[in-house]
Formats: sequence, structure tokens, C-alpha cells
Amino acid sequence: MRTTLAIQRGTFGEPPRVESFDVDFEQGQSVLDGLRAVRYQTDPSLAFRFSCINANACKECMMLIDGKVDYACTVRLREGVMALAPLPKKALIRDLVTEIAPPDERLRP
Amino acid sequence: MEKSAVADNAVHVETDVLVIGSGASGMYAALEAARAGASVVLVDRSLIGRGGATVMAQMTVAAALGEQTPDHWQHHLSDTLMAGRGLCDEHLAALLCEDGPRRLREMDDWKVGWAREDGHIKQAQAPGHDRPRCAYVDFLSTGPAVSRTLRSQLNATDDVRRIGEILIVDIALRDGEACGATALHLPTGRAVTLASKAVIIATGGLTGLYRRNSASSNMGGDGYALALRAGAELIDMEFVQFFPIGHLAPRLVGMDPIMWDPFRYKLGGRLLNAEMREFEQDYVTEDSRSDGRYVLTRDLATYAITREVEAGRGSPAGGAYLSFQHVPEAEIRRAFGPVVDRLAANGIDLVSGPVEVAPIAHYHMGGVRADEGLQTCVPGLYACGEAVGGANGANRLSGNAITEAFAFGASAGRNAAQRAVRGSSLWSPEAACSALELLRSAERRDAPNLAAVVVELKALMADRVGPFRNEQKLRSAVQAIERLKKDIGIFPASSAAKFDPVLVDWLDLRNMLLVAQSVTMAALARTESRGAHQREDYPALDDDWLLNQVISLSKGRLHLDRRAPSTRGASG
Repeated sequence: MRTTLAIQRGTFGEPPRVESFDVDFEQGQSVLDGLRAVRYQTDPSLAFRFSCINANACKECMMLIDGKVDYACTVRLREGVMALAPLPKKALIRDLVTEIAPPDERLRP
Repeated sequence: MEKSAVADNAVHVETDVLVIGSGASGMYAALEAARAGASVVLVDRSLIGRGGATVMAQMTVAAALGEQTPDHWQHHLSDTLMAGRGLCDEHLAALLCEDGPRRLREMDDWKVGWAREDGHIKQAQAPGHDRPRCAYVDFLSTGPAVSRTLRSQLNATDDVRRIGEILIVDIALRDGEACGATALHLPTGRAVTLASKAVIIATGGLTGLYRRNSASSNMGGDGYALALRAGAELIDMEFVQFFPIGHLAPRLVGMDPIMWDPFRYKLGGRLLNAEMREFEQDYVTEDSRSDGRYVLTRDLATYAITREVEAGRGSPAGGAYLSFQHVPEAEIRRAFGPVVDRLAANGIDLVSGPVEVAPIAHYHMGGVRADEGLQTCVPGLYACGEAVGGANGANRLSGNAITEAFAFGASAGRNAAQRAVRGSSLWSPEAACSALELLRSAERRDAPNLAAVVVELKALMADRVGPFRNEQKLRSAVQAIERLKKDIGIFPASSAAKFDPVLVDWLDLRNMLLVAQSVTMAALARTESRGAHQREDYPALDDDWLLNQVISLSKGRLHLDRRAPSTRGASG
């Protein structure tokens, strides 16, 4: 099976652009599986957060998936086009990465 | 001389004690160092308390609490030493077992929520233990509960400054003593220099070096590489524990891949081969300890499944079947409550069919060599948790990982604080020069795709330095690792100023390749089979190998030495 991930990219202050990547997948694979495949197959510069990969324990991979806030590690890939964008109410850092660290756990220069 | 942008932008932070890594061990170290009167900075490459192994742990925590049945920490120590097959550092093992009960009670006071029964903390029986000794938090929530509890303690402590998204590049040294670290702040891409009077490595293990593992993505052994480059030693690097029944198929998301163990334990799940026949009995040997429920310890179960697959009796995805079809549905529901619904969401119904499981890299017995006070041979440099090698010898008992995180974290934190409070800062800007220079030399380049190199490294470690090894596979791994080192080059690659995954991959590979080399070198040298290190060409235990292997780095080359295991003497 094949999906197209239409991913919003860019850093804070840049006009956002959407880049599309085709990814082959097997039934049951997650959006996070697809994003990791994009990095090692096509574009290693794609930025997204994740830590635990599978367990939905770290809660770092939250993003906008087809317009809905969700975890990339629990939403399954499906055929067709899936739109991925950074969280809309958090400050953008780059691509799908937003500032989600609690304020008192950030570096204060 | 003109200074580069990286150096101009470097952010400087000062503290008494720097703790690297915010799993259970790093958080405990930070708390204990603060209690001992030190100022503490706790950094993590991920968000604080979210990455690492702790948050993934759904299982049990072993300690001789004596709540379920009378117990003494010496009994726990006997079981730990037995599992370690002669290679445990007995001082570290004793610290784990003796301090464990105190830490579990402290966590209980902090409302971690250990499961209770009839008014006492419930302790489950687990393989290799002589009696019920393992506490847990229902349902499969031990790790997240531990992490949450320690985070709330940290939130209530003024003396610990927590900073997430800090990737440590190197430990800073002055006259051979640790005086801080140099780091990359991921969201901004700025360099950070951290001055401290003591540094604690709490970065966990190296299971992220393997294709299939139960770790977070950031468990690539970076703390081992930091320690090596700082002049510290590594011990027992060849002992990587594979968890026999990691989830294999169907694709399971939103759950820890080692989640089947408590199911199997509580409900007596059956391991079946492609002929739907139970095969564990075929692999029982004299030294395997059965507790009446599990037939085989972890290393033997890993061996059994791998052999069945090699003999053509594996499940379709290349593992074994785990079946609960003989268990009544109501009993499954009673034992695992809401977890049953999470499985259903993954299309898994234990009543109607088996799942497929296979060995998965789970824990590393080896690690940074430290003394009883958790200090390395580099003054001021400490290690704790899974990052420390030696306590568990050639094989770890189930339930010992979180206990060691607590006990070693507390001890390292206390000792580092004592050094920091009575000492003065050795920091000088020169201590950060070489690491800053490395960051400054990062260049934009497209090839090779470093994310693909990471995938390649994990595949080669799984296939050639996995649970079953031989000289030919190990020698080819040595060559492949050398080639990957050449491929990534000596200057970092980068792709963007902020949150640059290419630069992170390069810095990770710099560490991962050094650590992979250490594991392979030690595995090649150990010409016997013991615990988690199994050689197809040397299948027997050899008494002459009742030795630890110690690795150091000098002038860019790894050196391997042998030492007799550290014992507590006859009076122990």
C-alpha cells in the first residue's frame, strides 16, 4: 500500500510550504513510521519530535493530522493523501516541531 | 583571532552538579544531590522525564520489602549474583539490593501508587527470584508512574534547574578531572557550555543500536561514548540482554513492545512454534531455574525462540506464537482491564488467536565502570542507572533495572554533591574548546543520508552482533563499522540552523559507532558463552573466562583489558 504525506515545512518567520512524499507501508503502520521512512529514504532534514517510537509514553509526537490534533505514533497510515502540519497554537520551531516544553524547562539564556 | 558564530552565541550555565539524562536514575540523582545541599542542573536531549527507558517500563521493580512474604536483601543479592553468572560487581549488586527497599518505600511515600493487596504492597513472583519480590503499578503503568512521581518531586525542589532539548557533545575536562560539558541546544542550534564541579552520566543503555528494541529512540549509548572520550572505562560491553518475547506481529502501536510478559506471567501464556507445539521444555538445561511458571530464564528463552526460527519452525513474521486461547475471556479481562481495550484497538483479540513474538534488545548489563561510590576513574565524573556496568554481570534479573536506577541515582547524586560542596569549580573556557570547534566545523552536505546510516548500523548490529554470535559475523561487523565511520567523516553534517535532525544524526553516529565498536570488540574477544553473550563457535561456559572485560580509549584507539570480578570477600 502507498500513502502520500503532504507535510507543512519551514521555520518560524518563513512562509510555510507543503512538500509531498510517497511512502509504501504495510497495514497497521503508524504516521510516525511513515515520517521515519521519509527521513531515511528521501529527506533526512525533515524535522519532527519523537522519543518512545511505539509506546505512546513520551507524548512528544503530537501534531496536526488531517486537521486534527493527534499523536503520530498512534494514527495509522492509510492510502491516499494525509496532511501533516505543526500544532497550530504552539510556537513553530521548524517543520512539524513546535515549542511544547514547559516554560520552566527551557533554556533561559 | 576571529571567533565563529557558534562560540559567540554560546550560552553559559553554571552549577554544582550537572546530571545528564532525566530517566528515573537522573531524576533521583538530581533530587538527592539537591537534598545534599548542591545546586543542580538536570539536562535531557528530549523533554524532561519523557525520553529514556523509564517511561517505557511497564513492568516490575524488585526489592526485598518483605511485604508479600518474609525477605532479606541478602536473598535478593544471592539471586542477582546467580543470574549474573559469576561476573557481577558484588559491591554494586549489594548497593542495588540493600538500598532498593528504602527507595521503594520513599517512592511509596511520594505516592507512586504501588499495587496493594490486603493492606500491603503486592509483590509478584518473577523469573530468577526465589520468592515474590516485584512491586508494580497497575495496569502496566510502572514506568510512567515512576517518571511522573519523580517529576513532581523535582517540581517541588527549588535547587534543581531542569533544561530539556540539550544534547551533550562532550564532557569538559581540566587536568583530567570533569568540570562540566559542552552541548547543543536543539531548538535554537546554539552551543551551550555547562560548568559544574561534578558530572553524572544517567543516559541509560545502548539498545537503540539494535533494529528491534524496547528503548526510546535516544538510547544509542551516547553516555558510554561521552565517558570513553573523557578517559573513563567501560565494562562488560558484550552483555546485551535480549527480551525473549518482544511483540512482533501484528503491528502494535501505542504500547510497549515488551508488554506481553505480565500477561504471560499472570495468565500462563503458551509459547508455540509453527507446528503449534510448546517447545520450551526442549531447551531446559541444568542451570536453568524454573519458578514453577516460567520454564526458561530470559537468555535461554531467547535462545530457544531463535533456534526454532532457524530450524524452520518460526511463525510467519519470524518469531514464535504466544497464545492465550486456553484462558477464559473473563480471566483475561480481570487480569488486564483497560489494556484489553487497547489491544482490541490494535485488532488483537487474545481469545480468538495468538500474537507473534520474538527476541528484542531490552537492556545492557555493561556500561560505564564505576566504583562503589558510582565515581568513574575520572575524578568528578559519576554514572548511575543502566549507564553503569557491572551490577548485573552477564544477565540481569527481571525487576532490577528500576531498582538500580533508584539506588544508583541516589548514591551518585549524594556523592557528587559532597564533592561539589567541598570543592571549587575547575571550569575554564578552554575545557569546551574542542567540542565547540567540532560544532563549528559542521558543514551542509547531502551525502550520505545519515538517517539511512543509522538504519544500516542497527541492522548490522542485530544481524551480526545480536544474541547469537560467531567469529565470522563479528569480524564482518568490525569491518562494516569501520566503513560507516569513514562514510560519516570527521566533520559534522548539518541541514538547518534550528532543530536539525541531520546534525543530531551525525553527533549520534559519532557516539553509536564508537559504542558499537566496543560491544563488537568485547564480544569477539570473549571465546565462551555466558549469560546474554552466546557464541555459536564457543557454546560452553569456560571457567577461565570468569573475568570482566574493560575498555578504554586512548589516542583514538580502543583498548581491551581483563580484570577479575570485584567481590565482597568471604565475610560479605
